[in-house]
Amino acid sequence: MTAVDLTAIVLWLGLTAYAVFGGADFGGGFWDLVAGGSETGKEPRAHIAEAIGPVWEANHTWLIFDLVILWTAFPEAFQAIMSTLFIPLSLAAFGILLRGAAFAFRPVAETLSGKRAAGAVFAASSVVAPFFLGAAAGAIASGRVVAGDPSPDLIGSWLNPTSVLVGLLAVAVCAYLAAVFLVADARRLERAELARYFLRRATVAALVAGALSLAGIAVVGMDAPVLADELLGDGWPFIVAAGAFGTAALVRLARGSVHGTRVLAVGAVVAVVWGWGVAQYPSILPDTLTLAQAAAPPGSQEALLVVFIVAAVLIAPSLGLLFILDQRSRLETEGLGADAKERGAG
Amino acid sequence: MTPLDVVASELIAARSQMAFTLGFHIILACLGVGLPSLVLIANAIGLRQGDAVALLLARRWSAVMAVTFAVGAVTGTVLSFEMGLLWPVLMGRFGGAFGLPFAIEGIFFFLEAVFIAIYVYGWDRLSPRTHLLSGIPVVIAGIGGTFSVVAANAWMNQPGGYVLGPDGRVAAVRPLEVIFNGATWYEVPHMLLAAYMVTGFLLASVYAVGLRRGQRDRYVRLGFLIPFIVAAGAAPIQVAVGDVAARAIFEDQPAKFAAMELITTTGPHQPVTIGGILVDGVVVGGLQIPELGSLLAAFSPETVITGFDQIPVDQRPPATIVHLAWDTMVGIGTALVVLGLWALVLWRRRRDYATARWFLLAASLAGIGAIVALESGWIVTEVGRQPWVVYLVLRTSDAVTMAGGVRVTFAVVVAVYAVLGLATLLALRTLTRRWAAADAMAGGRDIGGTGASEDVPYGPQHRDDDG
Repeated sequence: MTAVDLTAIVLWLGLTAYAVFGGADFGGGFWDLVAGGSETGKEPRAHIAEAIGPVWEANHTWLIFDLVILWTAFPEAFQAIMSTLFIPLSLAAFGILLRGAAFAFRPVAETLSGKRAAGAVFAASSVVAPFFLGAAAGAIASGRVVAGDPSPDLIGSWLNPTSVLVGLLAVAVCAYLAAVFLVADARRLERAELARYFLRRATVAALVAGALSLAGIAVVGMDAPVLADELLGDGWPFIVAAGAFGTAALVRLARGSVHGTRVLAVGAVVAVVWGWGVAQYPSILPDTLTLAQAAAPPGSQEALLVVFIVAAVLIAPSLGLLFILDQRSRLETEGLGADAKERGAG
Repeated sequence: MTPLDVVASELIAARSQMAFTLGFHIILACLGVGLPSLVLIANAIGLRQGDAVALLLARRWSAVMAVTFAVGAVTGTVLSFEMGLLWPVLMGRFGGAFGLPFAIEGIFFFLEAVFIAIYVYGWDRLSPRTHLLSGIPVVIAGIGGTFSVVAANAWMNQPGGYVLGPDGRVAAVRPLEVIFNGATWYEVPHMLLAAYMVTGFLLASVYAVGLRRGQRDRYVRLGFLIPFIVAAGAAPIQVAVGDVAARAIFEDQPAKFAAMELITTTGPHQPVTIGGILVDGVVVGGLQIPELGSLLAAFSPETVITGFDQIPVDQRPPATIVHLAWDTMVGIGTALVVLGLWALVLWRRRRDYATARWFLLAASLAGIGAIVALESGWIVTEVGRQPWVVYLVLRTSDAVTMAGGVRVTFAVVVAVYAVLGLATLLALRTLTRRWAAADAMAGGRDIGGTGASEDVPYGPQHRDDDG
């Protein structure tokens, strides 16, 4: 195991964290989008906003973390990815921008139409961003980002069967993760009606994600045979694990049980992300660039590892504190200016 | 258009997009660094002295902090994407070196996001002491984050700590020399003080407007005094730091210095030119103070300053923009010091600043002024470094993307950011209106604490919750 391998593992850990936490966050926006009119969707939307509120910024810092590691540890891969995937990544960036801003504005919007506009932007961009991030991941995995390419294929690299499939799968998985978390939150807060509401949706999302995964095997087999070989080669234990976790979670959801579904859902996502990583190891851009070739020179790899250790020592307990306080309902201030609203009612 | 024209217009679009998004983000970044300190000062005063008004201010400022931090977090994310989307060659060649300070910044940003969430959402359910303590990491993370990001920018001005291999790629990195490069030591304090000045003067100017309208209760007075004292205290230190920074630029980046001071011909006895522009290599207009340029650069009128005549044409930054931005920054910075002195004079003469109309007029303009100074300073350092993105190592034109879509993304960025800026202002206005309505309903903010007590954090009912 070299320093480069260690850095790659940290990069993948960050990616996993973003897939799980950022994914659940995006998924919340998806359920907001499909919650119906402003009357029927009022309660689920409020429940979603409450669940995401204190944690969404922390969830999205994982993305920054990953971008920074990628450009510092594997600059050449970063250059190729950003040059080739200019379009989907620009769209993903716009999606993230609009989503975060709209989410921040919604609680302080004055009028119902203002709230609606902010809500619509939040919900729509919650679907756009993971789709294009997924499409970009599909482009990389299927070997369509080529290192040092002077005239990369700006369209075909991400508008192809594998990329579109991974994009859709990303949206479905986000929705699934979010629904599972929202059920658990609803039970904790003793909101039986909402728990049933999100349980139904978690089951549907699990079915859709499962169907897309099965379709994916066929699509990737035809569209990206090299990736398919790698996934079934080194990656097979992870693919099997993902399938097993996903099925087990689905069975429990179908029986109306949520016990353990959060762990199983997260397990399935983790298995997919690591299956991808193991499958394309030791490449960072399949066929054209290995981790070792892309790696920043000695000095920065070691410095990065020091940064990671400091980060782990500082961030893990801080994040733990945030989630514990959140789960113990210690962060339930009505917050943004609502003090006046209470007064108005009282 | 020929292919060359396309590349040229893409470069302009990429530079414009970067300047626009950074110029937007830098204001929010300053608030993200400055506001936590002001909130904590008010919070600490409130707790120490049992001051309900100070606590109310702290709580309300923290709501503003939550909105601006959220918008800053996403505009910062966009910048991370843009580093690669717009400047892939810069990151591909030098990411391994100057990416390191960004990685360190990542830690601080993470901590800031976590503790800002705990602080903002923790008003009601955390004990007052725990809640106050949860704000301290936010202040530290803001300072650390400023250090890291500005160190990365400083590296672009004074690149160091790396060895190029025979293939032109970075072959070895000395991390400490990257982080503590030749410009870090003066850029970092300059930016940090700027953050406190922008935040302080901006927040104070809101309450200065209130004072001018005759709202002179303790809430408005304290809301003015806390940020004003912080900002006015930072202003004179900033002038000293800026002076040191300018002399360092004189030593390190002669082309930038020549543009700042509009020096056309190399030699001693250079003047300072206030205003004026460069037309075909000749200074037109402006007020010249003889000898002062050389005197300021190294304390002697005999100091030789390099002029544009000794800088190759293809290595000159656009002088007029840099010079006018420099004059603007120095002018406003000086005016802000004078504003602080004015307050001091009023205080010494035992005059109530809250009735000094001209002082309040100046104070209510100070926030906008500080932002203009901030942007001008940023223009000096960034445009003054052109045509290089990494000084004397990599040209901006060689670093830009070839993807060919930047003109489109720039147009979208301008439209989206215009809406974003407007929405941010509307959201903040909505907050202040709600508070005003709440205060009106309570019959004022100062009446024996009875009216405002429901609003005030850590009130009796909340103490019960904490057991």
